[in-house]
Amino acid sequence: MSRRGSRRPPLALATAGIAVAALLFLPLVYLVIRAGTGDAWDVVFRERTLDLIWNTAILVAGVVAATLLVAVPLAWLVVRTDLPGRRFWAVAGALPLVIPSYVGALCLLGALGPRGLLADALGRELPELRGYWGALLALTLSTYPYVFLLASAALRELDPALEEASRSLGRSRATTFRRVTLPTLRPSLAAGSLLVSLYVLSDFGVVSLMNYDALTRAIFLQYRSLFDRTPAAALALVLVALTMLLLLAESRLHRKGRLHRTSPGVSRALRPQPLGRWRVPALAFCGLTVGGFLFLPAFVLVYWLVRGIERGVDVPVSEAANSVLASGLAAGLAVGGAVPLALLAVRYRSRWRLLERAAFAANALPGIVIALALVFFAARYVPFVYQTLTLLVLAYVIRFLPQALAAIETALRRISPSVEEAARSLGRSETAVLARVTLPLARAGIGAGAALVFLSAMKELPATLLLRPIGFETLSTAIWRETSVAAYSQAAPAALLLILLSAPFLLLLWRRDRAPSASPD
Amino acid sequence: MLRKALLTSVCAFALAGCGGGFSPGEDDLVVYSGREEELVGPLIERFEEETGIDVAVRYANSSELAATLAEEGGNSPADVFWAQDPGALGAVEAEGRFAELPQTVLDRVPERFRDPDGTWTGVSGRVRVIAYNTDDVAESEVPDRIDGVADERWRGKIGIAPPNASFQAFVSAMRLDRGDEATREWLDAVKANEPRFYENNIAILEALAEGEIEIGLVNHYYLALIKSEDPDAPVENHFLASGDDGALISVAGAGVIDGSDKQEQAERFVEFLLSETGQRFYAEETEEAEYPLVEGVEPRAGLPPLDSLEGPDVELDQLGEELETTLEMLAEAGYTT
Repeated sequence: MSRRGSRRPPLALATAGIAVAALLFLPLVYLVIRAGTGDAWDVVFRERTLDLIWNTAILVAGVVAATLLVAVPLAWLVVRTDLPGRRFWAVAGALPLVIPSYVGALCLLGALGPRGLLADALGRELPELRGYWGALLALTLSTYPYVFLLASAALRELDPALEEASRSLGRSRATTFRRVTLPTLRPSLAAGSLLVSLYVLSDFGVVSLMNYDALTRAIFLQYRSLFDRTPAAALALVLVALTMLLLLAESRLHRKGRLHRTSPGVSRALRPQPLGRWRVPALAFCGLTVGGFLFLPAFVLVYWLVRGIERGVDVPVSEAANSVLASGLAAGLAVGGAVPLALLAVRYRSRWRLLERAAFAANALPGIVIALALVFFAARYVPFVYQTLTLLVLAYVIRFLPQALAAIETALRRISPSVEEAARSLGRSETAVLARVTLPLARAGIGAGAALVFLSAMKELPATLLLRPIGFETLSTAIWRETSVAAYSQAAPAALLLILLSAPFLLLLWRRDRAPSASPD
Repeated sequence: MLRKALLTSVCAFALAGCGGGFSPGEDDLVVYSGREEELVGPLIERFEEETGIDVAVRYANSSELAATLAEEGGNSPADVFWAQDPGALGAVEAEGRFAELPQTVLDRVPERFRDPDGTWTGVSGRVRVIAYNTDDVAESEVPDRIDGVADERWRGKIGIAPPNASFQAFVSAMRLDRGDEATREWLDAVKANEPRFYENNIAILEALAEGEIEIGLVNHYYLALIKSEDPDAPVENHFLASGDDGALISVAGAGVIDGSDKQEQAERFVEFLLSETGQRFYAEETEEAEYPLVEGVEPRAGLPPLDSLEGPDVELDQLGEELETTLEMLAEAGYTT
């Protein structure tokens, strides 16, 4: 801690960090070029823009609150208690992460809509689901696993000595949770909430299906109905400004709670806390969460699939291979780019922290904006990569690198600088310490970062449509192709395959829990 | 570890570079299609068979492709743009990205269905209709004029898709035909009748099939799509009276990209869409049953002939310019925000 800010990073690291940040800034440069012309700002300085900002803000706040309410208790129950079937709940609780949010929203409407499957079963019309609450529900479904994964990782790595010390000083269980456990969780919860907020800010599929007027929907309206890129760019810059505010808020939370493990290696296994008479309510809570957010959408998809099988469905094999290829490349590259930025931000002067924060700035932009930015630069300046796999992978990296960054940083932050200081004092060079000590300790976080990018890239649609090589079909474009003509039964195999292929990568996200501690779990 | 990470990145980039194999060949004709693959894919295959010209198609949303064409500047790989609506075509024309089509191609289509400057032409037509649920409503009850939708009978039972380009085009046409004030009165009267809002036409048809609403303002061809997913869906189309503002006829169309090095093949493609084969495709094969535009080609059985239908007296290429005001009016009237 004390040494942070007094050292210069190795030149190679600094260069890599700046290069990656420059890449991530491309969409912002494009927006400034676009919005700099004409009367773009008339659209922004209208009363309606305030409404849109308000609608967006309450949606972000609502979804963040809902994800915390769902994810934190779930993580605590799964990691720290004697809840029956903990492993099952742990995997099932994280699985909704692999459901694309537009598919999740379609499924929720199909199941709970005014005349959905549930209404059919009950034989009466249900109240309208579309609007704020529908959007909130669908977005919570797709995003709470971020918080759940980060929180359970932090809970697992929590040094029991801290809690035991508190208990031995006479604090109650509740006080200990509030004063000791929760503050240790704060960096993870903040990072998780940031991912959730950025997701909600940039999402278009859900707000469009749910008829909710958020900023992204207004941006799409500019493109879709008015064919006017200038006001769309101005509105997108408003979105960037909102993102900056969020980043500022998240930084403050980080500064408040900074807790390292006392040792990077072995700590004792956590003793599960007995639930006692709370066992049944706890099970009901887990059942409701997993049932609503995983089984319900899965059930609707299977229902569509069965309906489709009667008329014959194709298994989208080549689409699946393409999805895995592009997403895998993106995951590898994103991690390669995120590591230098994360190291710079966590271990060096605060101005490097600024660079890393700025890397998040473009993350809340809808995919279409990032896609058009790359069309603009690639077609004009590097036509030989335009509409090749390289550019598509680059688009994924730009869109999702911040997710890798969040995961890797969280891991780095839990490594005490004193470990590195010890290595340096033994005569190792700066670079050698980073390569031999720091990164190996953070390898689980790096794996988690890669998995997050992979899962997001598998689901990505708007940039994929415009930037993929012609004829390069992925699972998400297959889903789009079918749902745009309402052929849900034909879309179901692609959606289910997307979920099945993504699921194993969740294991990578779990792996972080066991490293770096070598607990006998 | 650092070295491993670097190595991984380099390998990833190298691999990504190899992916160039997916790009279209030098000789392929590149078509940007805002029309769905399900609907037009077979027709494009037919073109390849007949002419021996290989076609590479980029499928995406019409307006996003229009934005892409604009952002590409003069460096578009596209030779042809085939769009869902005159708005997207107009936007590309406004950017100066279309070449002029030969008069012989243009002459195949009635003047009311193409660009007066000759840069794009309609290739298939769609008619605004009122779709209704056949369980709850008899066809004789369904209004023949769009003003009938404001009737008390339909309170809470009307489906509208305000974000849909075709609905917006209809409102623009109404404004051009009867003026802003009368249009606003219609919007207010219908709004007072508590319509239900949907994101698009398909959603309206689904809601109709489920009995959530009784009538919906849609394009005629979505019915066939719904029927292919569920042949027993209790939904039918009702065509409005001739000349009624609600009976707007619009088109999907195509144009040749300016600066394409395959002008000749690109023109052949557009010509093919307007050929007997291309036009009969809409009448006989594709699921969605759009109208052929070339005279002498009969539409799908069960559809009234196109020359018996007449929309409001407006030019298609005017609708794009009216859109901004239309959207403002829709927002003021509480249809969108």
